[in-house]
Amino acid sequence: MAATKTGAQASATSEQTSKQILLRGLLQENPALRQMLGLCPMLAVTTAVFNGLGMGLATTFVLVCSEVAVSLLRKAIPSTVRIPAYITIIASFVTLVMMVVEAYLPALNDALGIYLPLIVVNCIVLGRAEMFASKHGPAQAALDGLGMGVGFTLSLVLMSAIRELLGAGTLCGIQILPSFLEPMLIMVMPAGGFAVLGMLIAASVWFEHRKDGVAHGQEDRPSQSLCAACPLDCGLADPSDDDCARDALVDRLEAAVTKANLTGKDSGTSDKGGEA
Amino acid sequence: MAEYASILFSMILVNNFVLVKFLGICPFLGVSKKFDSAVGMGAAVTLVMVLAIAVTWPLQQLLDAWGLQYLQTIVFILVIATLVQLLEMAMKRFLPPLHASLGVFLPLITTNCAVLGVAILTIDEGYDYPQALVAGLGAGLGFLLAMVIFSGVRRTLEDAEPPEAFRGMPITLIAAAITAMSFMGFSGVIDHLFGA
Repeated sequence: MAATKTGAQASATSEQTSKQILLRGLLQENPALRQMLGLCPMLAVTTAVFNGLGMGLATTFVLVCSEVAVSLLRKAIPSTVRIPAYITIIASFVTLVMMVVEAYLPALNDALGIYLPLIVVNCIVLGRAEMFASKHGPAQAALDGLGMGVGFTLSLVLMSAIRELLGAGTLCGIQILPSFLEPMLIMVMPAGGFAVLGMLIAASVWFEHRKDGVAHGQEDRPSQSLCAACPLDCGLADPSDDDCARDALVDRLEAAVTKANLTGKDSGTSDKGGEA
Repeated sequence: MAEYASILFSMILVNNFVLVKFLGICPFLGVSKKFDSAVGMGAAVTLVMVLAIAVTWPLQQLLDAWGLQYLQTIVFILVIATLVQLLEMAMKRFLPPLHASLGVFLPLITTNCAVLGVAILTIDEGYDYPQALVAGLGAGLGFLLAMVIFSGVRRTLEDAEPPEAFRGMPITLIAAAITAMSFMGFSGVIDHLFGA
């Protein structure tokens, strides 16, 4: 029943697309390394493989469940209140995860701490709900959530493996590096998080360039980070699109702020008259 | 008094929300290209953080009283989102000059993890109401400080010519790593100044 409009077209390509939807999140559109979404947990919890894996799985669960729920309700939710509705749905599943982790994995609960409830504001979850789940059926939404979630988990595990190995000399708590090598403590500290993430993203860009021969090197990566936590009514399926509403907004803001500073240097806050 | 000063400065320097706790990374990387917008964003986040705590802390007392702690996440995020919307509308209506400089950033921080983060953190830390408000102010000022410093770093970064693969985000993150490293120097300062 859902597929009345584009029935023929959808059924013709559905076999291939569902596989593509699933695999897309792993490398090509990897949420953390390619789309720069969800960087906060990516940096914060990746000090040990166990934490990274736990965070990844928790996020995957929330992603899949909330995408399916949003997809099922996509016709019932009026578009004007859809963002609050999505947030409520996501927060419900996050609360569920928090309760389970608190009850059965207290060690993980302590390690993740405040970052567990903060899955609510993880840009990936709201981003996928808005960009994908609100436009597709529940089955595809589940696949998309699974693909993105596993892609995110893989990058979390990769990053935490690097940081744990270099910073503590262990992997999953098992000593790997010989003990006479002093571990680089900086790697498990905040500064190391930024550095490792920077190198990983550079590596993924380099890998991509090698694959399709440097030609597409000029994509403007920084702009993509702005889609994170973006509540704007952008409607674009792809954050790298040139018409990104938030980019336009930020440009406008910067112009407005510069102009305000130029025209009213001293009339700032005290003078409410404001000459135009 | 010393207790409040200790909370304030440890939130600004030692537990800096962006560079140490990794909250609010998205606006930190997204809006720190220009000095003016970095200041505007930082001030808007500070304002919202203090207001959010002013509202969420009493709400938590209600949730505790009714045994509804598990609703914390849902209630907080919805209250904060509503608050930001109302604040923007009120500012636009009553304080147009302030709206032009601060209000325009508000839509960008509706679902900012730093704001929800500070609201939950003050509850977890067991702060009382004034302490929680001071912590919110400190977190916001710390965010502002990080934004301002980093906008300066990025200005020089624009002239740099890193290897192809490092252009854009990767080199920005490496610069953030070095900035974060400088903040590591502050750990211990607070204990020395205000007594352990």
